Amino acid sequence: MEHQRRWQGWVLVGPALLVTLALFAAPMVMVVLTSLYRRSGGLTDRTLSFDNYIRLATDSTIHQALWNSIEVVALTVIFSTLIAYPFAYIVAHKIPQKWQALVLLLTVVPFWTSYVVRSYSWLLVLAKNGVINQALVSWGIIAEPFTMANTRFATVLAFVHFFVMVSTLTIYASLRQIPRNLGLAARDLGASPLSVFLRITLPLSIPGVVVGAFLTFVLAIGDYITPQIVGGGNELVLPQLLMLQVSRMGAFPLAAAMALVLLIIVGAVYAVSAKNLTLERKR
Amino acid sequence: MNGAELNVVDVVKQYPDHRALDGVSLTVEAGSYTVILGPSGSGKTTLLAILGGFAEPSSGHIEVDGQDVTTLTPSQRPTTTVFQDYALFPHMTVGQNVGFGLEMKKVGKKARVERVREVLEMVGLGHTANRHIAELSGGQRQRIALARALIVEPRVLLLDEPLGALDLKLRRQMQDELTRIHRSVGTTFVHVTHDQEEAMSLADNIVVLRDGRIEDMGSPERLYLDPATAFSAKFMGDSNVVSGTVRSDGTTADTPWGVVALPGSSSAGTPVTLSIRPEHLVEGSSGAGNLGEWEVMEAHFLGQKHRLIVRRGEHELLVSLPQSSNVRQGDSIVLGVDAHMAKLVKGDPS
Amino acid sequence: MKLVRSGLSWVYVLLIFGFILMPVVSLVVFSFQATNLPVPPFTGPSLRWYEALFADSRMIEALRNSIVVGVVSGFFSTALGFLAAYGLARYRPRGARAIRAIVMTPLGVSYLVIGFGLSVTANELALGRSLVLVTLGHIIINLPLAFAIVLSQMRDEDENLEKAARDLGAGEWTVITRVAIPVLLPGIMAAFLLSFTLSWDEFIIAFFLADFDVTLPIEIWSQLRTGLDAKTNAAGTLVFAISLVALTLAYVLNRAVSQRSRRL
Repeated sequence: MEHQRRWQGWVLVGPALLVTLALFAAPMVMVVLTSLYRRSGGLTDRTLSFDNYIRLATDSTIHQALWNSIEVVALTVIFSTLIAYPFAYIVAHKIPQKWQALVLLLTVVPFWTSYVVRSYSWLLVLAKNGVINQALVSWGIIAEPFTMANTRFATVLAFVHFFVMVSTLTIYASLRQIPRNLGLAARDLGASPLSVFLRITLPLSIPGVVVGAFLTFVLAIGDYITPQIVGGGNELVLPQLLMLQVSRMGAFPLAAAMALVLLIIVGAVYAVSAKNLTLERKR
Repeated sequence: MNGAELNVVDVVKQYPDHRALDGVSLTVEAGSYTVILGPSGSGKTTLLAILGGFAEPSSGHIEVDGQDVTTLTPSQRPTTTVFQDYALFPHMTVGQNVGFGLEMKKVGKKARVERVREVLEMVGLGHTANRHIAELSGGQRQRIALARALIVEPRVLLLDEPLGALDLKLRRQMQDELTRIHRSVGTTFVHVTHDQEEAMSLADNIVVLRDGRIEDMGSPERLYLDPATAFSAKFMGDSNVVSGTVRSDGTTADTPWGVVALPGSSSAGTPVTLSIRPEHLVEGSSGAGNLGEWEVMEAHFLGQKHRLIVRRGEHELLVSLPQSSNVRQGDSIVLGVDAHMAKLVKGDPS
Repeated sequence: MKLVRSGLSWVYVLLIFGFILMPVVSLVVFSFQATNLPVPPFTGPSLRWYEALFADSRMIEALRNSIVVGVVSGFFSTALGFLAAYGLARYRPRGARAIRAIVMTPLGVSYLVIGFGLSVTANELALGRSLVLVTLGHIIINLPLAFAIVLSQMRDEDENLEKAARDLGAGEWTVITRVAIPVLLPGIMAAFLLSFTLSWDEFIIAFFLADFDVTLPIEIWSQLRTGLDAKTNAAGTLVFAISLVALTLAYVLNRAVSQRSRRL
């Protein structure tokens, strides 16, 4: 009886597995294969070689793009976390229970607008004749509008705007998981409110911070739209370089190698943080 | 460490939709083990929170050894609370948990480690200082919570249903532990529970709360053998409660069950309510009461005694007969009351 | 002191809210701009850009394509995810851990890489780009999420309902359609609506796999490259409005369904 049930289980799970195989595993294998091909005279040469990887290891433009990616994403993670943590803390502890869900919902509102349009909105806001510059000039804070758009600063700003939402949610979830009694017990034993935060709340909310940071990292490092729209063509990040290979140069093999590098980076970060990537309460 | 005397003076706690505590006043003797007993909704948890400083009374005040502590925060009061779910810090070791209070008092590491070891020994968990909370069982966590609270030498220890999460056997064990620790430490213990057996086995003094008011208060013996109200009689174990009227002789009362002897004398015609415990009903009529014939509906042998449910018409009685009795279901028996064990109580039988 | 700290908290919250909501507010406000550029000063209100939007046949077609792709890919990801979650939770096949890992893996890969991989594969198989490929791409990115959501909703108590049904003679198919799905409906709907929402605004995979029939994000992107005007604001606001409708629908349906099942 058990035997038959197990077998039936496979029938139900089968379609999902097959789809994953066909639409994910197979393409990934193709990417690996393609990265070993070469491009010569506008056609793909299918002899296996490591040319692309050698190129990756030696080409300084690629190194620069990789470095830009890491910098931008690191700055994004840091600033998103720094801004999101106090915000999540205030929502979790200072705002009355019944309003908390509403406040969080409002926080997530930008997520429901079009990503492409939102990125363009940032371009307009940061432009030389955009809202910020106009306001700063009319208030006399600066004499002339300065360049904010098409810079790394713009990319980070646009990223932070989005990822503050993500980290706020994960940190909030983590804070809410902390039993209220812990703070009460600590106070009972003589702890000041600051001690309660530093010794109890902060350590127990770290999982939320880590999950948020991880999600931010993974999503940001593979993002093409925001850097392309607001960051401009000056300091390219890896996704932009990849797209360049694909669209303008049709250099699929090199692009495939870059895609693998992206995968490896994400995989490495995951391996390092896997242990902490759970919002479940420690019992 | 000696315990403090606790005074609750006319404490009222009013919420928008109900009154949790309605003028509660009591004195907890220094060094005693006092249990606050009551069903859910009786206000016992609210009272404990007010004693611990986690809630403020709407009116009234709390004194510890004569000093008014009503407006003091939990850390400023000489009380410490053991929470129902223990509230142990999951990210710290046993030693760090237990030593937390001393850390907050800026006690040096060496002295702290030593004290932690001492207190852990006292609760029977001597070598667990470096273990993590997650590795411990329910009973062990209970003791750690206790150790953490006792290490700061509170004058009054407050316990909020500490044994609720434990299974029966463990609960009995922990009751003995609590008694032992209380005796060796000498601090005043105030323990909140809904379990009447637990209250009787631990307490020097029991306070029965109902709907925010004190229903009855006294030693376990007094509360059990001479309950003040019908509610208290039925809450502290089983009891048969009935209303009647005092007869012309002034020493007995007429009840729907039969004639019952009163514990003292009263003026004829006075309405009274009587409580008779199952074990105080005897086979055969007696001088203290003649309740006539009853039909045995159910009879269970429980080892130490027989538990019977008897009926006559619309009346039912719960009876405990000694081990030697051989009454069976379907039998008919005559019941009397043992000596003067029918007690006058306030309140109505329902 | 407490009041100052309280005040500071409110200031911070308002600042952050301002930061977060400003682009959205600016987006919606300037969709009603009367002049060309969606920058201050505000010269509206005017509906000219909404008119232009609805007169733009490419945009409307792209909108329609997005909805179709969203619904179809949402349906399949949810259906496959549900079956897999149900099979895993109830039948406990051997290698359950591995199955779970395999289905969830696409979550860890950037959309960029997935889109690129699919386009390279399509190339090798001489498959032309099309909306069908886009749909397939959206199925694979949403399948892990639908699976995870439904799986998280499967409780042991519900299994007893199914066992009771089986005990009373119901066949497997009946158990699934008449017992399991109704009980899990809130989770299934949540999975569908999430899949729809993620597919609907998805750019990079669609970009790799679409041909001349494009989805809305791609159309907006193309139009923005050629010229900037407030019509894209109108498009963005429209996307926002539709997402809000979907959200509200999800909330209302969820409440209705869970209330019904709670009455059991």
